[in-house]
Amino acid sequence: MAWNEPGKPGQDPWGNSGGSSGKKDEPKEPRKRSDQDIDELLKKAQQMFGGAGNKFNGGIGGIGGGAIFLIILVVWLLSGIYIVDTAERGVVTRFGALVTETGPGPHWHIPYPIESVTKVNVDRIRTTEIGYRSDAQNRSGSVLAESLMLTRDENIVDIRIAVQYRVQSASDYLFNVKDPDESLRASSESAIREIVGKNSMDFVLTQGRDEVVAQVQELTQKNLDDYQTGLFITSVNLQDAQPPEQVQSAFADVVKAREDRERLINEAEAYANRILPEARGQAARIVEEARAYRDQVVSRAEGQADRFTSVVTEYKKSPEIMRERLYLDAMSAVLSNTSKVLMGAEGSNNIMYLPLDKMMGSGSSSSQPTLPFSPISGQSTSNNSNTSQGTSTPANQAKSETNIRDYLRQRELR
Amino acid sequence: MKAIIGLFIAAVLFIGSNALFVVNQWETGVVFRLGEIVKSDLEPGLHLKTPFINNVRTFDRRIQTMDSQPERYLTGELKNLEVDSYVKWRVSNVERFYTAMGGDFTLANQRLSQIVKDGLRAQFGSRTVQQVVSGDRVEVAENITRLANVEAAQFGIDIVDVRIKRIDLPRDISDSVYRRMEAERNRVAADLRSLGAEAAERLRADADRQRTVTIAEAYREAEQTRGEGDGLAAQIYSKAYGADKEFFSFYQSLNAYQESFSNKSDMIVLDPSTDFFKHFNRSSN
Repeated sequence: MAWNEPGKPGQDPWGNSGGSSGKKDEPKEPRKRSDQDIDELLKKAQQMFGGAGNKFNGGIGGIGGGAIFLIILVVWLLSGIYIVDTAERGVVTRFGALVTETGPGPHWHIPYPIESVTKVNVDRIRTTEIGYRSDAQNRSGSVLAESLMLTRDENIVDIRIAVQYRVQSASDYLFNVKDPDESLRASSESAIREIVGKNSMDFVLTQGRDEVVAQVQELTQKNLDDYQTGLFITSVNLQDAQPPEQVQSAFADVVKAREDRERLINEAEAYANRILPEARGQAARIVEEARAYRDQVVSRAEGQADRFTSVVTEYKKSPEIMRERLYLDAMSAVLSNTSKVLMGAEGSNNIMYLPLDKMMGSGSSSSQPTLPFSPISGQSTSNNSNTSQGTSTPANQAKSETNIRDYLRQRELR
Repeated sequence: MKAIIGLFIAAVLFIGSNALFVVNQWETGVVFRLGEIVKSDLEPGLHLKTPFINNVRTFDRRIQTMDSQPERYLTGELKNLEVDSYVKWRVSNVERFYTAMGGDFTLANQRLSQIVKDGLRAQFGSRTVQQVVSGDRVEVAENITRLANVEAAQFGIDIVDVRIKRIDLPRDISDSVYRRMEAERNRVAADLRSLGAEAAERLRADADRQRTVTIAEAYREAEQTRGEGDGLAAQIYSKAYGADKEFFSFYQSLNAYQESFSNKSDMIVLDPSTDFFKHFNRSSN
């Protein structure tokens, strides 16, 4: 398409003023980097042209002059070729006025000084940092004047954001705002403060982070569109949102306190987990012991009942003998296992002194069981009433006092 | 001859270059005739003028930024605030801009700065810190934009936007803000800790209760079981012993005697006249 443009010049100011503009009409507009080479070429061409003109006017070598003029014209026309990179857009201006914007690829514009092209990179992501500046080593230094801001509840927070943007419209970028990048910076700084000022500190520092960032992006973009900067914000990144340095220890303490709370609760739960199974075990023991008791009592009852039933059956056959035998058996069992004192108190009103505590006291010590039984034997044999002195009783009883049965047997034998 | 032609060409070039001028895309221009403005608001592109008689001046018509130094303003409750604002403006009427400002952008910035400062002072004076910081920021900016535009229009300037960039508290006040924040955080921390203690105590108490209840319930069941056993045993006994009550009494007594006097230290004082000794006495007599 661009190659068709050579047909156009006839309609342009260039066509009307071609003669004069081809000469040393020094351009006032600033030169662009890409045009530097062409500039030099053109100068040379103009010098040659000027020289040729003189010669032509002087009537020397008409054909040669024409050829030179043609060559110069071709070179001049070719100097209008330019290539727009994939990432770029070319903005073409004719005598300073915007003509068109060209996409990537080779193009041609009417050569200098009529048209010029400015290339703008529209794909490159540019970044501006608010609240900090990072250097080449990616270390960042904070800029407190920018990063400290007031929240709605009149607290101060330290917020750092990075705004990434690119050029959306190359011509807007070039012509509408004096310093678009600085405008974006000021605009986003204003936006972040406005948004943070609308929210509480807790919200900004915790769950509201994403929302804050989204609102900043929206607000800044709206501003930029109002100014027609031709910039498009691709993303706003919250680099850091934290309380100011002066109060960070207090904030850290809150985090610690939160941990402390969890710890206390966990400890209590551990306590519960420890004592409750213990209690359940204890309860099980109590229940089991009761069951054991029940079974024991019942079994014993059954055993005793059965035993009694058997005895009763026999008893019914000969009650008197059975009764006597049982009685004697029981008594002998009782008496054989206990200490005893036989007192023949009949017919005598004497007061007897039994040193029971003494007898009990020594009776408990099995080493000398003889002593307490001596008065019994003495009393029973002599049948004296002076039993208080029974300790010095005849010696024939000395060996028999341990068992009253033996003693009784002896007595019976006598 | 050559020289004459050369001079002629030079003259044509000189005049031509004086008759033509370029207005860039980001500019606008004014054409003067001997100091008097004859044409303004020139479109970008190539223009013609009468050489030597007409004079041309071009001005930047892009949006300009006036970013002034932070200023202190008093709010309605007499608190000081440090406010940093910026103004976006552009030349709207070149003719007036030239006559009022002499086309001097620095001068324009100065005048704008004064106008906006006055406006901000008025706006801040009628608001509290809270309102300025959170609520009315946009409203303040809009009011100033509107009011300042009235004045700025006299200079041929259009104020696109006035924005408040920073609202900060002065240093001594921000120190006390930090102290307040600290105290507030301490309160929250204490709150959290005591909440934790409360929850922990509740958990412990609940566990203790459960333990007590569990054991008590076990006790209840145990007693029921024991009672059940006792009852069952009694039932068994009475069923068996019901066969001969008199003999049971005798038999049970004998058993009881045996069980009661089973220790050597038990002392029995016997009377020979008891039934047990009836033969004992007879043989001795």
